[in-house]
Amino acid sequence: MLNVLLRRLFQAALTVLVVVTLVFVLFSVIPGTYASSLQADKRDVSAEVLERIEAELGLNDPLPQRFGRYMAGLAQGDLGVSYATKRPVADMLSGRVWASFRLACAAILFAVCIGLPLGFFAAMRRGSWLDTATMTLAVSGLSIPAFWAGLVLMYVFSLKLHWLPTFGYGSGGLKHLILPAITLGIAPMALLARTTRAAVLETLNSDFIRTARSKGMSERRLVLRHLARNAFVLVLTTIGLQFGSMLGGSVVIEKLFAWPGVGSLLIDSVGLRDIPAVQGAILVIVLFFLLINTLVDLAYLVVDPRIRYR
Amino acid sequence: MTHSPASLVLSRRRMLAAMLASTAAAAVGAIPFAARAQEAGTPRPGGTLQMVAPFGSALQSLDPHATYESQDMAVSKAFHRSLYNWDSATNSVVLELASEVKVSDDGKTFTYKLLDNIYFHNGRQLVADDVIWSYSRILAPGSSLSAISNLQNIKGAQDYLDGKADTVTGLAKIDDLTFSITFDSFADPGFLLFEAVTAILPREAVESGTFLSNPVGCGPFTFVEHIEGSRISGKKFDKYFKAGKPYADAIEFTITDDYSALDVAFRAGEIDATVLSENGYVLYAQDPELSKGLIEIAEMFTRHMGMNLDMKPFDDVRVRQAINYAVDRDIIIEKLLKNKAFKAVGWLPTPSSGFDPDRKPYAFDPEKAKALLAEAGLTDGVSFEAWVTDATSSLGVLQAMTPFLAAVGITVTPKVVEAGVLVEAINKGEAPAWFRSNGTGPDPISALRSFDSRRPRSTNRAGFKDTAFDAILDEAMATLDPAKRVELVRKADAYIFDQAPVWFHNYNKAVLATQPWVHGVDANVTEAAIIEVDQVWLDENAPSR
Repeated sequence: MLNVLLRRLFQAALTVLVVVTLVFVLFSVIPGTYASSLQADKRDVSAEVLERIEAELGLNDPLPQRFGRYMAGLAQGDLGVSYATKRPVADMLSGRVWASFRLACAAILFAVCIGLPLGFFAAMRRGSWLDTATMTLAVSGLSIPAFWAGLVLMYVFSLKLHWLPTFGYGSGGLKHLILPAITLGIAPMALLARTTRAAVLETLNSDFIRTARSKGMSERRLVLRHLARNAFVLVLTTIGLQFGSMLGGSVVIEKLFAWPGVGSLLIDSVGLRDIPAVQGAILVIVLFFLLINTLVDLAYLVVDPRIRYR
Repeated sequence: MTHSPASLVLSRRRMLAAMLASTAAAAVGAIPFAARAQEAGTPRPGGTLQMVAPFGSALQSLDPHATYESQDMAVSKAFHRSLYNWDSATNSVVLELASEVKVSDDGKTFTYKLLDNIYFHNGRQLVADDVIWSYSRILAPGSSLSAISNLQNIKGAQDYLDGKADTVTGLAKIDDLTFSITFDSFADPGFLLFEAVTAILPREAVESGTFLSNPVGCGPFTFVEHIEGSRISGKKFDKYFKAGKPYADAIEFTITDDYSALDVAFRAGEIDATVLSENGYVLYAQDPELSKGLIEIAEMFTRHMGMNLDMKPFDDVRVRQAINYAVDRDIIIEKLLKNKAFKAVGWLPTPSSGFDPDRKPYAFDPEKAKALLAEAGLTDGVSFEAWVTDATSSLGVLQAMTPFLAAVGITVTPKVVEAGVLVEAINKGEAPAWFRSNGTGPDPISALRSFDSRRPRSTNRAGFKDTAFDAILDEAMATLDPAKRVELVRKADAYIFDQAPVWFHNYNKAVLATQPWVHGVDANVTEAAIIEVDQVWLDENAPSR
């Protein structure tokens, strides 16, 4: 287990290094700068102010010098200061990471609670109306754009029923979390339903299931002891991948629901060419993804002791 | 000469400007109006204003000096005040924090008497030192704050900026409530000192180290909370200097530029006022109830296609004029922009004091366009590349004008880029043509400086070079007679109209949707989303009461 962790840690450090280098270099060479982004609005910032901003931020320094400065700071845990807000990127991220994490957890919870049972029962009753309905739901869930699904939910639950607020973060309570979480969870829920169904069907056709059945094992025991556990190994990968990608993949939902997450910060910062903020947001997203993947890998060991990493 | 607050007396010049603006606006039917009688009834205190910062999903900065973003300025209205303010009722700048201003005979020195009842949210009284410190902060050596250009004409400002002086000599304290500002040349300080970028701030709060997350000002609301990327809120400031204001007990801004979500939230009654997109405008205008709360505003922004005069074929004025004659702007405004725009009849927009109500716009006259092109020796046609963003007002308009241009022998190819890239290409002189919306007010001279040949490319983007035009602007700037000044400004605007360094498209028609329970929302032509929140009140039907 320790070896696995150390190896994952090394891989994570390497991944982070590659990502921050790529992002920094890309954002430094593509057209457009932070200064030019300030004139993108219909109000003009004067040329002299732009020059002063570039000098203040060291944007005229050669790329290697700027990159070296950034990496030196990063090595000491300093994510730098946002060009736009003039605030430490770490401060900007702190509140947003929690908001994104809450949203991702709620969305994956919704996806698991709905998608897993649906997929499971659809497989157990293959060819029935439940199976057909589940697969229709799954295909729809994967096909419907999240943006549209969110608007429909807003329309129904906010505008027509007045049950839930349209958007915003509120005071951090559940009320504001429900709609964005469901919207974000729809596609993973659909995918999970499909994956679970396929995994259960595959496991049902396994030799050990046939053997267990032929030995007269009760259906309940068969499902709980053999089927669910073996199918879950396959499903676990989907859950991990979906959960891991939620922090960075929730941009549309965050913007739609005015949710103060990392994704919307990333998009805004990209538009502004605010490289420290972009780097910080991407770093968080990458680390989250790596962390979830590592946890999934470790979970395999628990769920299926036959799995061993070398 | 003495100026007093708007509520008391308007100076002759401002009165004239306001009258001209009103006349001009009325002449083209573009004067801001509210379908519902917004001011009906007696203002009623209480409730929470649910407002929107509608141009992005985050604020750039809570330091008003550091940001020139429209939505940051909309939020700043709740927390900060500047020496002057924009008065939407008269379409002019008026004194805000001072009771009077005396102007020297040469028009360069302005002596202000501050109101004696202005307090910051930390409880300290606002005094002359705060004004001088705030302006000096903007001009500090090494500063990169947005308002530098607003204050650069103050005497000694450049020396201070360059670190050659310890103070800005043009800023002088006379007593605790009196100070003077001396400019190098005549300037109207109202135009320079009314936006949040020149807000008066308390030094101790700014230097406390927490100002960026806990702003302190002298505005109608004190800061409560900022959830970055979602919401910012404040509560009523009991020591606000305007008696009885603000009417609301609290204010919340939802920070979002998602107009679909805003539409749902507005219809659900969760927000009190919001700006509308083109599509939203059509739907709301058709709705018998929602249409009653619409406020249409001819904003001081001029949408245009800029042309690089250093590149062919735009170095020939006949080609530029031909483009202006070739396109039917009415149909583009009607069909594509859903009438959410006013046809441009020059660079200066209808609410500008320099707008000439008698000017006729370029007519849609393809034959004249062809004749001009032939005169320019382009009988075989001509082609160019136009840089655009993917916005409707950019790529959409270009696509709509393409067949009109083709009909007179002009082939245009779009190059779609991101907004920051577009600006960089324009500023470097690399883009042959481009689509943009420029702020063209409220100071008409400043707006016309966009064609001043002595200005850098980032201001004079077309690269317009004409010393005769520069001379008209300089003469307008130097004259103290308001009528003569307006006359010169109009002359300069007419000059630009004739030279056509841009394809004049439209002035933005901003549309605010307001709830039936909301009253006192002003129609701010400098930016519709910047609402004077201290005068907005909610009646008994407001859900937030």
